[in-house]
Amino acid sequence: MFEPIHNDKVIELEKKAVEARELVISTLLEAGSGHSAGPLGMADIFTAFYFHILNHNPKDPTWVDRDRLVLSNGHICPIQYVTLAMAGYFPIEELKTLRKINSRLQGHPHRGTIPGIETTSGPLGEGISQSIGMALAARLDNKKHHIYCLTSDGEHQEGNTWEAVMFAGKEKLDNLTVVVDRNNIQIDGFTEEVMPLETLRYKYESFNWKVFEVDGHNIKMFVEAVSEARAIHEMPVAIIAHTIPGKGVDFMENDFTWHGKPPNKDEAKKALDELRTLQGKIISEHQ
Amino acid sequence: MLNPDLKLNEKILTETPDMAATRDGYGEGLLELGEKNPNVVVLCADLTESTKSQQFAQKYPDRFFEVGVAEQNMAAIAAGLGASGKTAFISSYATFSPGKNWETIRTTIVYNRSNVKIAGHHAGIMTGPDGATHQATEDIASVRAWPGIEIYVPCDSQEAKKITVYSGQTDGPMYLRFSRDKTPIMTTVATPFTPGKIQVFWKSETPQVSIFATGYILYQAIIAAAELEKEGIQTEVINVATIKPLDEQGILELVNKTHAVVTVEDHQVTGGLGGALSELFAKNLPTPMEFIGLQNVFGESGKPQELIEKYKMDKAAIKEAVKKVISRKK
Repeated sequence: MFEPIHNDKVIELEKKAVEARELVISTLLEAGSGHSAGPLGMADIFTAFYFHILNHNPKDPTWVDRDRLVLSNGHICPIQYVTLAMAGYFPIEELKTLRKINSRLQGHPHRGTIPGIETTSGPLGEGISQSIGMALAARLDNKKHHIYCLTSDGEHQEGNTWEAVMFAGKEKLDNLTVVVDRNNIQIDGFTEEVMPLETLRYKYESFNWKVFEVDGHNIKMFVEAVSEARAIHEMPVAIIAHTIPGKGVDFMENDFTWHGKPPNKDEAKKALDELRTLQGKIISEHQ
Repeated sequence: MLNPDLKLNEKILTETPDMAATRDGYGEGLLELGEKNPNVVVLCADLTESTKSQQFAQKYPDRFFEVGVAEQNMAAIAAGLGASGKTAFISSYATFSPGKNWETIRTTIVYNRSNVKIAGHHAGIMTGPDGATHQATEDIASVRAWPGIEIYVPCDSQEAKKITVYSGQTDGPMYLRFSRDKTPIMTTVATPFTPGKIQVFWKSETPQVSIFATGYILYQAIIAAAELEKEGIQTEVINVATIKPLDEQGILELVNKTHAVVTVEDHQVTGGLGGALSELFAKNLPTPMEFIGLQNVFGESGKPQELIEKYKMDKAAIKEAVKKVISRKK
């Protein structure tokens, strides 16, 4: 179990999250395709996981007692690749190969090609089920590690997601925590217009899950919610993390057209300037 | 005559062969695996009894997971188990698994290289009265294109047990195909099973045609061959229990002598055994072929024997195909 988070650590993680967002922008610019909004929106949560919550060892990525972080919505993998690299799983330099030929960084993550990826994903709605499999295996083997599954809100339109939610409730899987990136957008528009998900919280609760709702950009609040989730027994936990898609880059925030495209050169420069000045609050040494 | 080296069940040439369903062999195999390998787990989607997962479920309740009517969930949960040191078997009807959950299996099991065995039951029109919705007749075609999957189709309950036990002791994604009804038991406990190898079950002295069959319907081919021999037509009948990886060398060696082929399967003639052999011969040894199987149509309700007669997959149809392919030989 991870330590309580103190203010100094929160400030350190906030800085890391900004660094991660910068790397997301430069990685996507280099790749020339990919998703922008989701990775930026989940930067704080990925930073919280790889630099505080997870019991893991980047030098021993297949260590059997590691906590598992399963990414269900594989399309936001740029932020996972960035934070894995920052954590030491592979060289940061390698981020430049994303989506290119002969790369270990596939457009959607693939288990076995790059250390730290627990499962192949991209097709939506399959992550919670796979996490359940890992949680059942841990239970059978009397292992104490925890399974975290990161999901998008849009993939809660997949039937498979609810098959999994139903099953985890039946099995009372308290070694499983699902995080829902509630950013309200999907490719075709706003979730509540494409296919309404609300009230998401009650849907989970009706399947016998414990639900927390947090601000997904408040690292302290998020870590504390995970800590509280770990204290829940006989129930799986869903943390609905309200996030702003494109967070940190003003012209991308809350605009669903940034769901599935990368920035061009000018847009990337503008985005990096904004991130480096913390949205105009400080002067960047790069300017 | 029957190949004496394989110690086959001599009763298959009598009026009263021993009978059992290949799914029974699956159930027995799982029980044996439960004992042998503590990492074996079994999942089922509300078809525990008819997929013969019941005995395992009763004996090893901690290692059995009932997922309800949710085949996608079953596949992906198994993928997670398989990626965590378990050997997971998923059991359902083949129309649903690998049918309904095809992409889930593709992504989370096959591409993901998770140690999961997909047991597809009620395969073929011999599923019978349930009708075409429950008769999987495209399952082999639909999984054969996946890189890295192995495909096994047992010819009887004995072989089904051996294949199940083998699969549970061998890493990697596999598709195992089982049928519903009782069919003749052609092999014995002593018959060897070698994954990836064909076996010649019947051979006349100088075969003019090679009949390749997969699954229970191999029996029809053996009976056809025995009758043909009496009519002066010499053939050989080969059991292709491993569809992928195909025993290319073994097959080519035989066909290099006969130069005429009939394929027999309770499956669409496209994409299954016939398809696989066509690809092999087109590339290496162009050969006249006839295809026994469903000719691009769905099945219907009926008794298994009625159906294989109507859809021309019985011994009479096989005999006709043999004669036709001989007429096409140069």
